[in-house]
Amino acid sequence: MSRRQKADRIRHLLATEGDAVFENTTHVNAGRLEANSHRDDIEELRSEARRIKEDAIERLPELVETVRESVEANGGTVYVADDAADANRYITDVVEDRGADAVAKSKSMTSEEIDVNEALEAVGVEVCETDLGEFVIQVADEAPSHLVGPAFHKSTGEIATLFNEQFDPDVPLETATDLTQFARDHVGEQIRDADVGMTGANFVFADSGTIALVTNEGNARKCAVTPDTHVAVAGVEKLIPSVAEFPPFAELIARAAGGQDIATYLSLLSPPVDSPVVDFEKPDEPLDGATDNREFHLVLLDNGRTEMREDEDLRETLYCIRCGACANSCANFQHVGGHAFGGETYTGGIATGWEAGVHGMDRAAEFNDLCTGCSRCVNACPVKIDIPWINTVVRDRLNRGTDQEFDWLVEGLTPDADPGGVDVQKRLFGNFGTLARLGSATAPVSNWLADWGPSRAFLDRVAGVDRRRDLPEFQRETLRDWFASREPLDTAGDADREVVLYPDAYTNYVLVDRGKAAVRTLEALGVDVAVASCHESGRAPLSQGMIATARRNARRVADSLDPYLDDGRDVVVVEPSDLAAFRDEYERLLPANRAERLAEHSYEVLEYVYGLLENGADADALAGGGDVAYHSHCQQRTLGLDVYTEAVLERVGYDVVTSDVECCGMAGSFGYKSQYYELAVDVGGTLRDQFEAEETADREVVASGASCQEQLAGLLARGNRHPVELLAPE
Amino acid sequence: MGTDTVDGFAAALSTADVDCTRTTAADFEAVLDDVVDAPAVGTPLGIDGVSLDDTIVELPPTPRLLDEAETGVTRVHAGIVEYGTFVVQADEAGTEPVSLYPRTHVGVVRASDLYEDVRSVASWLGDEFAAGRDSAVLATGASATADMGELVTGVHGPQTVHAVVLTDR
Repeated sequence: MSRRQKADRIRHLLATEGDAVFENTTHVNAGRLEANSHRDDIEELRSEARRIKEDAIERLPELVETVRESVEANGGTVYVADDAADANRYITDVVEDRGADAVAKSKSMTSEEIDVNEALEAVGVEVCETDLGEFVIQVADEAPSHLVGPAFHKSTGEIATLFNEQFDPDVPLETATDLTQFARDHVGEQIRDADVGMTGANFVFADSGTIALVTNEGNARKCAVTPDTHVAVAGVEKLIPSVAEFPPFAELIARAAGGQDIATYLSLLSPPVDSPVVDFEKPDEPLDGATDNREFHLVLLDNGRTEMREDEDLRETLYCIRCGACANSCANFQHVGGHAFGGETYTGGIATGWEAGVHGMDRAAEFNDLCTGCSRCVNACPVKIDIPWINTVVRDRLNRGTDQEFDWLVEGLTPDADPGGVDVQKRLFGNFGTLARLGSATAPVSNWLADWGPSRAFLDRVAGVDRRRDLPEFQRETLRDWFASREPLDTAGDADREVVLYPDAYTNYVLVDRGKAAVRTLEALGVDVAVASCHESGRAPLSQGMIATARRNARRVADSLDPYLDDGRDVVVVEPSDLAAFRDEYERLLPANRAERLAEHSYEVLEYVYGLLENGADADALAGGGDVAYHSHCQQRTLGLDVYTEAVLERVGYDVVTSDVECCGMAGSFGYKSQYYELAVDVGGTLRDQFEAEETADREVVASGASCQEQLAGLLARGNRHPVELLAPE
Repeated sequence: MGTDTVDGFAAALSTADVDCTRTTAADFEAVLDDVVDAPAVGTPLGIDGVSLDDTIVELPPTPRLLDEAETGVTRVHAGIVEYGTFVVQADEAGTEPVSLYPRTHVGVVRASDLYEDVRSVASWLGDEFAAGRDSAVLATGASATADMGELVTGVHGPQTVHAVVLTDR
């Protein structure tokens, strides 16, 4: 898909589905945070859940054998299907053997993955989706747009229109209650008439051959228990050892998915179950005792999962419990939904891993770039999957498989370590440091040239840099130049603390004032400051999936900071995404001891100031007072650092209102890209609305991240600064 | 099980919009007739000293009764105090469908079968599974969906749930 086609598609979905998705995700996110606040052991539960999944995936072949034995001992059958065709062949055989012509099906992403409905319909079997959201999608002949809420993108009004057109009821349906009642009755009849019930499985307990189904409606129970034949389709990764491992998942899954403390129904069925078959064709025959003819088939689907298990980076995708929290917490998903941010089956953050694993890289490529690496999904995931890293790895692999025409443009300009095939747009943004160095050296000519119409047209056409977006303004005097030309401070020799300020390209070449303010603030609090060389942290290439370039950047940064660390200096970072790289990504890019030492001694600038004040530094040395509207930074929030900025500003007399949107939408280079510009602006619109509301409209705007500052500059009539610029003494 | 446990269970049930009636074995039949809307269907409770035999509840269940009954009455084999959850085990008498099909589910639970949390009930379930009683549903409140744009209760499962706790059992 070309950039223009992609932009068109996103524009269309923003207009048609964006509002419903935004409303639903907002609601679910609020519920998740509220439900998590009811317990103080969520972190322990998440760690425990992850340990269980790690162990189960490690022992997967053994668990498959265990469940085969236990299901067979119960009187059921286990079939391990290699792929979709194999699974469908087995399932259609079972259904045909039973002489069935109607199947009632409970929502299951795994069965979506294999398109089992089409396979059954091809042999003349009618399939009824019984989850009401899935039923809506079936009636509309669409694909689900969300792992948990298939019809997340539809409003009540749209569903009413759909049902009224499709079913022509005597009294037109209007409210959610009308629609639910109608669907309940319609679907209820289909369940009674079904010969086979089909479900997925959220978990499978190997030891007892139990499938765990997590639902709120009760349809899965009816599908599993009413007809005499039950087929459960589950990915092999759903196996856990036994019911003893179930508690953390029972506690986490509904919280993560929908903000409930616990799901309405957690069905633990070890089929064939003892419950009697309910045969509505024999309405007066007592139920008791009619269990002998029950049949059960557990279809465990591989479909690429064994290969994912052997893939160091994709492996943790298999820990996913399909709660959809990654999607809900994702700013881009909130605005455009799963029909843009998803593949053939799976949607949202974790979808890249699933689609790459089960449908191949091409499917993942279609939406992989919608992950901006903002990392807000990381804390939302109940099994602590590093979803941004999976997206980065897939992007890296995609880069390596492409071939582009305009390599000459960036080959000399951006001597990165990644292969020549990397897309021009990605190489441009992945090498922002080089660009900024050249831009600063040639400023103001570079700025003038960057604003010149023909060069913007060229940049747009070749590299997809949207013409509507203002470009960073490079400063001729860099932070390092300014620092080097200063007289050393009187206090330099006897300061209590010594730090090295790490400047990235934005701080050194563009937003130089925030760097100067950081130096002055630290010095005012009695700290001796040195300024390190400007080497990019690797965040920029990482966001483009250029891991080799990021690794080279990481080595340079570590080389330049190591001597300061040897001297006992702490590292202070202005840009939160750099700190996120030091703390979270460098462990994947550098030898463990180097990464650990740097992570341990690095601090975000306001986090450091907070520490100084807590340890007796004199807050009176700082400027203060005023009303502030503060936008933290997504990675900063994931690391839990936003609170330090708030605390410091309040300590020196600022009244602070903080935005609660996940991300401003700029996310590094995302908002510059022509195919994503409108989405970035739409996401930013939520932040703009907060900062233009009555309570905040007159407040000074501050933001911690460079790209947040750029986005806010584009969104708001008034300017903005970094928080440290409010603190620096004149 | 002390009063605290039953109080905690009742409080959690209330949060889940489930009414809770406390009674003793001796008063059970009278209480049940109060909380059950006819027609009602049930399965044997298997609790010493209490029975559905002399109540308005019809046994054994048939598909027609499942379809037409306003109320389904079953044993609740365990309860989770923290969430007000019913643990209903499947059996050949049809406890699972009776707890699922009618618009109201009345669950009868012994106070001595209440467990504090999910973890302790999972431990109990482990023993039950080993003994062959290896299918159960953990049900908390009424069936619900938000798929039509806002929360609606009473979808495929019951719209109303009522707990009867036998405090002397």
